[in-house]
Amino acid sequence: MAAPTPTPVRQDTGQSAQDALLRLGRHLRPGEVSDDLRQLFLKGGRQGDAFYRDRWSHDKVVRSTHGVNCTGSCSWKVYVKDGIITWETQQTDYPSVGPDSPEYEPRGCPRGAAFSWYTYSPTRVRYPYVRGVLLEAYRAAKARVGGDPVAAWAEVTTNPETRRAYHSARGKGGLVRATWDEAAEIVAAAHVHTVKEYGPDRVAGFSPIPAMSMVSHGVGARFVQMMGGTMLSFYDWYADLPVASPQVFGDQTDVPESADWWNSSYLMLWGSNIPVTRTPDAHFMAEARYKGTKVVVVSPDYSDATKFADTWLAPHPGTDGALAIAMGHVILREFLVDRTTDRFVEYMRRFADAPFLVKLEETDGGGYTPGKFLTASDLPAQAGVPNAHFKTVLLDADGSAVVPNGTLGHRYGESDAGAWNLDLGDVVPALSVADVPGTAPGVAVHLPRFDVVPSGSDDQAHVGGAGTMTRGVPTRTVDGHLVTTVFDLLLAQYGVERPGLPGDWPTGYDDAETPGTPAWQEQITGVPAAAAAQIGREFARNAEESGGRSMIILGAGTNHWFHSDTIYRTFLALTTMTGCQGVNGGGWAHYVGQEKCRPQTGWAQYAGGLDWVRPPRQMIGTAYWYLATDQWRYDGLPASTLASPLGKGLFEGRTTADTLVESAQRGWMPSYPTFDRNPLDIVDEARAAGVEPAAYVIDQLKSGDLRFAAQDPDDPANFPRVLSVWRANILGSSGKGNEYFLKHLLGTDAAVLAEESGPGRRPQSITWRDEAPRGKLDLLVTMDFRMTSTTLFSDVVLPAATWYEKHDLSSTDMHPFVHSFNPAITPPWQTRTDFDTFHTIARRFSELAGTHLGVREDLVAAPLAHDTPDELAVPHGTLTDSGAPVGERELVPGITMPKLIVVERDYPALAARMASLGPLAVDVGMITKGVKFTPDDEVRRLGEKNGLVPSGPTAGRPRLDRDVHACEMILAFSGTTNGRLAVQGFEDLEKRTGTRLADLAADEGGKRIVFADVQARPVPVITSPEWSGSEHGGRRYTAFAINVERLKPWHTLTGRQHFYLDHDWMLELGEGLPVFRPPLDMHRLFGDSPKLSKDDPSSVPETQVAVRYLTPHSKWSIHSEYQDNLFMLSLSRGGPNIWMSPDDAARIGVRDNEWIEAVNRNGVVVARAVVSHRMPTGTVYMHHATDRTVDVPIAETSGLRGGIHNSLTRILLKPTHLAGGYGQLSYAFNYLGPTGNQRDEVTVIRRRSQEVRYQ
Amino acid sequence: MKVMAQMSMVMNLDKCIGCHTCSVTCKQAWTNRTGMEYVWFNNVETRPGLGYPRTYEDQDRWQGGWKLTKRGRLTLKAGGRWRKLATIFSNPLMPNIHDYYEPWTYEYDMLLNAPQGKHTPVARPKSLLTGDDMKIEWSANWDDDLGGSVETMQQDPVLQHMSEHVATELEKTFMFYLPRICEHCLNPACVASCPSGAMYKRSEDGIVLVDQDKCRGWRMCVTGCPYKKVYFNHKTGKAEKCTLCYPRLEVGLPTVCSETCVGRLRYLGLVLYDADRVGEAASTTDEQDLFAAQRSILLDPHDPAVIEGARRDGIPEDWIQAAQASPIWRLISEFEVALPLHPEYRTLPMVWYIPPLSPVVDVVASSGNDGEDGRTLFAAISQLRIPLEYLAGLFTAGDTGPVEKVLRRLAAMRSAMREVNLGRDLPEEIPAAVGMTGQQVREMYRLLAIAKYEERY
Repeated sequence: MAAPTPTPVRQDTGQSAQDALLRLGRHLRPGEVSDDLRQLFLKGGRQGDAFYRDRWSHDKVVRSTHGVNCTGSCSWKVYVKDGIITWETQQTDYPSVGPDSPEYEPRGCPRGAAFSWYTYSPTRVRYPYVRGVLLEAYRAAKARVGGDPVAAWAEVTTNPETRRAYHSARGKGGLVRATWDEAAEIVAAAHVHTVKEYGPDRVAGFSPIPAMSMVSHGVGARFVQMMGGTMLSFYDWYADLPVASPQVFGDQTDVPESADWWNSSYLMLWGSNIPVTRTPDAHFMAEARYKGTKVVVVSPDYSDATKFADTWLAPHPGTDGALAIAMGHVILREFLVDRTTDRFVEYMRRFADAPFLVKLEETDGGGYTPGKFLTASDLPAQAGVPNAHFKTVLLDADGSAVVPNGTLGHRYGESDAGAWNLDLGDVVPALSVADVPGTAPGVAVHLPRFDVVPSGSDDQAHVGGAGTMTRGVPTRTVDGHLVTTVFDLLLAQYGVERPGLPGDWPTGYDDAETPGTPAWQEQITGVPAAAAAQIGREFARNAEESGGRSMIILGAGTNHWFHSDTIYRTFLALTTMTGCQGVNGGGWAHYVGQEKCRPQTGWAQYAGGLDWVRPPRQMIGTAYWYLATDQWRYDGLPASTLASPLGKGLFEGRTTADTLVESAQRGWMPSYPTFDRNPLDIVDEARAAGVEPAAYVIDQLKSGDLRFAAQDPDDPANFPRVLSVWRANILGSSGKGNEYFLKHLLGTDAAVLAEESGPGRRPQSITWRDEAPRGKLDLLVTMDFRMTSTTLFSDVVLPAATWYEKHDLSSTDMHPFVHSFNPAITPPWQTRTDFDTFHTIARRFSELAGTHLGVREDLVAAPLAHDTPDELAVPHGTLTDSGAPVGERELVPGITMPKLIVVERDYPALAARMASLGPLAVDVGMITKGVKFTPDDEVRRLGEKNGLVPSGPTAGRPRLDRDVHACEMILAFSGTTNGRLAVQGFEDLEKRTGTRLADLAADEGGKRIVFADVQARPVPVITSPEWSGSEHGGRRYTAFAINVERLKPWHTLTGRQHFYLDHDWMLELGEGLPVFRPPLDMHRLFGDSPKLSKDDPSSVPETQVAVRYLTPHSKWSIHSEYQDNLFMLSLSRGGPNIWMSPDDAARIGVRDNEWIEAVNRNGVVVARAVVSHRMPTGTVYMHHATDRTVDVPIAETSGLRGGIHNSLTRILLKPTHLAGGYGQLSYAFNYLGPTGNQRDEVTVIRRRSQEVRYQ
Repeated sequence: MKVMAQMSMVMNLDKCIGCHTCSVTCKQAWTNRTGMEYVWFNNVETRPGLGYPRTYEDQDRWQGGWKLTKRGRLTLKAGGRWRKLATIFSNPLMPNIHDYYEPWTYEYDMLLNAPQGKHTPVARPKSLLTGDDMKIEWSANWDDDLGGSVETMQQDPVLQHMSEHVATELEKTFMFYLPRICEHCLNPACVASCPSGAMYKRSEDGIVLVDQDKCRGWRMCVTGCPYKKVYFNHKTGKAEKCTLCYPRLEVGLPTVCSETCVGRLRYLGLVLYDADRVGEAASTTDEQDLFAAQRSILLDPHDPAVIEGARRDGIPEDWIQAAQASPIWRLISEFEVALPLHPEYRTLPMVWYIPPLSPVVDVVASSGNDGEDGRTLFAAISQLRIPLEYLAGLFTAGDTGPVEKVLRRLAAMRSAMREVNLGRDLPEEIPAAVGMTGQQVREMYRLLAIAKYEERY
């Protein structure tokens, strides 16, 4: 503030005021009046204006933030007066970005600014609550069994009448207050009973996004994992995980911080509505425009971001891949074929799989299809080298076949230490085999296309189209193998013709019939061909002129589709072929979900309980819910309908659910509960039989006496039994197929309208039980500070402290800082922090475990893990026994099936262990993405800082019994916040790469960020091998900068960014190369889903309209958080809305703000219409996570409370998301797995009676 | 010349993302209390749209602000103070609560306390005025983000005054945001309307305030203010309004709305003006000349004569320095990119706006030019997606000339700085084409793009 302080009250000069007074009359009090009596001037001053001064006064200002899944991670000032939180404003004290850049101040949005409303709102959960029917039954049972809580819980949950009574009461009110002691006892008893009776893997925890409050997440996860329970993934389940990222980069997601947008000179906002979803960061985009950065917005509607667009492209929803292919077509043609751009060529040679050789397979009908990467194993001279199957081959300029450094084969094993790098030496890779002497003639290659509407009956029809195209590639024979390069295949796929090659090629950009061209995409997307070509050309030209500073900011608009991985791969192809990835201001910028828990290693140790017991059970959320909520019984999607017409029939006769089972059995994906038996009992049985547990399991699987639980999810032995939810609202937000959750998992009323699959469409590898279970879950317990659908349907609701009432840590990918939560007030009423709550439950659990559990051995089936030698399990991703029953396969743990690991569970000591730091962090080390850290010095320091446990089973260990202790541990155990570990990790990595890396952190080697530092101010992180970018020297973070600048390989098969993926399942689906796949044709796949009225107006009666149902993020909520906030409701339309175009509204005779119902086979939603011409016809929006708690009437269709936005959706599995065991297609938690996509859905909308009732 | 100081604001609408953080932080700090439920000292309007309260800009109906008599004298549009006294008990020229909106809450406690029943509990809406059930039909921000709700768009007073037809088609959609606070006018109609002498302009910084002790609740200020930024507190029966956060300004903090603006689009600072010429400026005959007239009474804080006058008129030295450091003078008078809101109301408002520039290049490209070439970026300002006439209806009483000039300067800055961004020299001909120097463009760029905290306030 440049204005001087404090303001002096100016003395009147007097004269004119006196004149004025005389002229003015008595009704004005003394002051200064203008000559013509219009104006009255008065001195301000402290007496006159006291009211507002009093209002502004406060006792203290406390730094905190919001633990909400928005990626904002904004630091706030919380004002407190008389012990009451009054309001909040943003902190502005972020360390500077530099003199020539806008700063990160202020960060925050209206949602965050309205947060303090929750503290004292009438929806605040102030006391523990238990479902009344359940509490009565529990008390009665406890009295009957003599006071043993575990026996009482067993009786309550096994008595069919009691069970039915409290299950069917779920979600219908009737919560009653209980004491903390009693509520904690019930929760603890349920856990003990479940572990003992069914197995620890029948216990689950759901709490997403550690970065948004690491300790609050970690403490519950620590409890669940140390018990042997299952933590459920969220990033893939939310469909926020871009599966293309592991596929292309071998990395979960790594993106630039938002200040790096400023460095861009060409920004494409593609399906990302920055002003709404990245509110605190949007200014960097707005400001970059003043540097002459062009902004292109790609969005089907006139989104908020479009306000900033220099060019707006409006493709039909879900067709973005076709647009990107056409752009790629133009770029390949103009920048890499007709003219070669040195920078692009150099980049692709070194940093992409483009020059690597792929074997061509002859097809029966003549011609070829692309097959597997050529590897050293195919070259007689090199076949004997270690990991030969994983050393991919390229051609040097002289035509010789070379295995360059840096492939997956170089990543493991002593002999290749120091060779895992991208140093090409004297090798100059040939992008095309046509570039080197001795090339064989071109051959025709068959490639799949999915843009053709298929003919034939619905049953046989292919999803979205089935066709092939023939394009030629130059070839060469290497040691008897007919090969071409990935780049050659890419040109073929994109339809970029070169002279002398066979095949069908477009005649020009205006050839609308041939896939790949701008005119072709226009037919699909509606975007004018000239615009597509122009933007593609501009993107590349800017990349050329600026050295790679073209950026695509991608969002959920393109990421929540069934085939989003294909859409994203077409985008990433653009940033890779123009050399933008790993350059500040360039590359992809995916901001969907908050994946970046910067102090990753410290959080993982704490949350996984890895300091005490390993490995943890971590599960792919989508598959878990798919089975647990019985959505699989309605799905029945034949996997072959997704396959390429050129596929080998791997999925013939199988549903997508069958591919899930196979993936689980092969250990490609985790699967919990794993077996149809208690894993504690399995070890006991093996020991009793005198057999090693792993061998015992194999024998039992072979004999058929033991089966995977996924093969019979409706067997009560395999039910999930206890579920804890905290920091989440799965039933009001993320739960795709919400009504199925209510019906089958919870056993209460639901608006499911669909029929179960008929006998012809049932999974062959899953047992079909004629009667579907209603009510699988024994206990749903939720910790929250407000009432949501999840708390409404819970059996136990525990009152949580808000984000202004606890200590914790926050980080994000949007900025490079770590900062803190701090209590502005202590938790009011009977609320407790998550930290206190889980320790309370754990203490009671361990007490009860003393008599009921004791020390047990547990058999953990762990999946084949990424960034470990497990990813060498399936050479070439080739299956020789695809689809064979498990008993007929060779079973080798860690190769053809999950690893089988026996661990000890000391249940009576669990609570004590949770509250102290265990020995394994040092004894075994901490490994993140293949880099090892040993925190020996840190453990000693933590002991000094936190103190040592004085007595008990963990005596002498550093204490973790306060939230601040855990914060200190997380900070101390990560290279991002502890320079010593960053240097140590880089030195470890240097041994593998043989390149210099540790200097990136060396100058901060002595820097240790402690909790007090982040309480004082947001602190920038240290460059660490936990991430791929560099903050070194104060530069802005951009992903893969270290790979590009330090020649460190990507974590992929070739060690480069992949255009091509050769896993059997990828090829089977026709997705070896970037390809356009349209949105699913839901009517074709599921007869009970309507056709879009736009395509077929007669598909529904005239009073209805069938539309694409999209659920973009809301301006007035962060998921369901804030959607119930009175300020947000007052600034919007005060309740659930569906946005629609004037045309669609007119068809059903509905006017703005009238009540409508949206109905499809999955459920019903009641909302008010918002009619605006900013919406395209044929598509409606219901904003994501509209919960059913506020202003939702009874639906005419179901007679039940109108649903949430996910009442109209259902889980659909894509088999390629389940592929594993091979290179970058290997599992890691939240890294890879089937997405909970929901954008392909269609709904019918009709005007309903305007007389709504609520009861 | 009588030099006075005015605390003023400029909002760069080109950067506004329409997030409403300003509204919420202001609401939380100042009006989150009984009787003020419907009050938003700061609100953000999506334009086109009706605004808050609905159609407040329709002065034919609401009679806010000033008009010139046939003899050219300035008089309150709704009649002078004496006429106001005559109609003091029945003043129809005022929006009723439904023109703002009927504030509501929900039965939130039912979510926790509902006994076991047939249905999932719900919090249904209840009027905060009557306590009755209600259907929500309007809010403080009803047409948010719509680019005009089909139902009400044509009632937008600015649209109604346009000659050009605005189509309601997806391809023709445009929208932008207009955050509004009290204008703290140099010639405030609310002050002149007050029969009680409760409204006044602080002599040291020009902030317009209501003396809560003196206010008798006649509400003539509500009528008088054409921006409808004086509100009636239904509990205390007094008028209340934006105070420009004087308790913060006095200790060196920017207003809440400024500091919390995530778009970083608000500039705050002192300007000096000639109080003797206020009446003259406000009496300018042609409405379209009002904006220039108002700009002409702002004084160059570096002009020795002005400095001398300021000292003479008792303005402290540090205030003069503050005026010299202020971004307001530069944006309004040096770069000439800021414009007042509805100068035709003749109140000489002191919250000014940089109009939004967007989008441009699609027009350029479709006209056959190469949109990516920065040199052509500002070629087609007159064909913007947002009709110039709409912006002129807001900022220049309908004269598109000054609006176009501002947009050309912004576009020129983008074109010129693109060359710098790509490592080339700044081409002087681009700033020259819009009457600026390269150095001025660089300085404007620093102020608008880099916009450090210390330079915004």
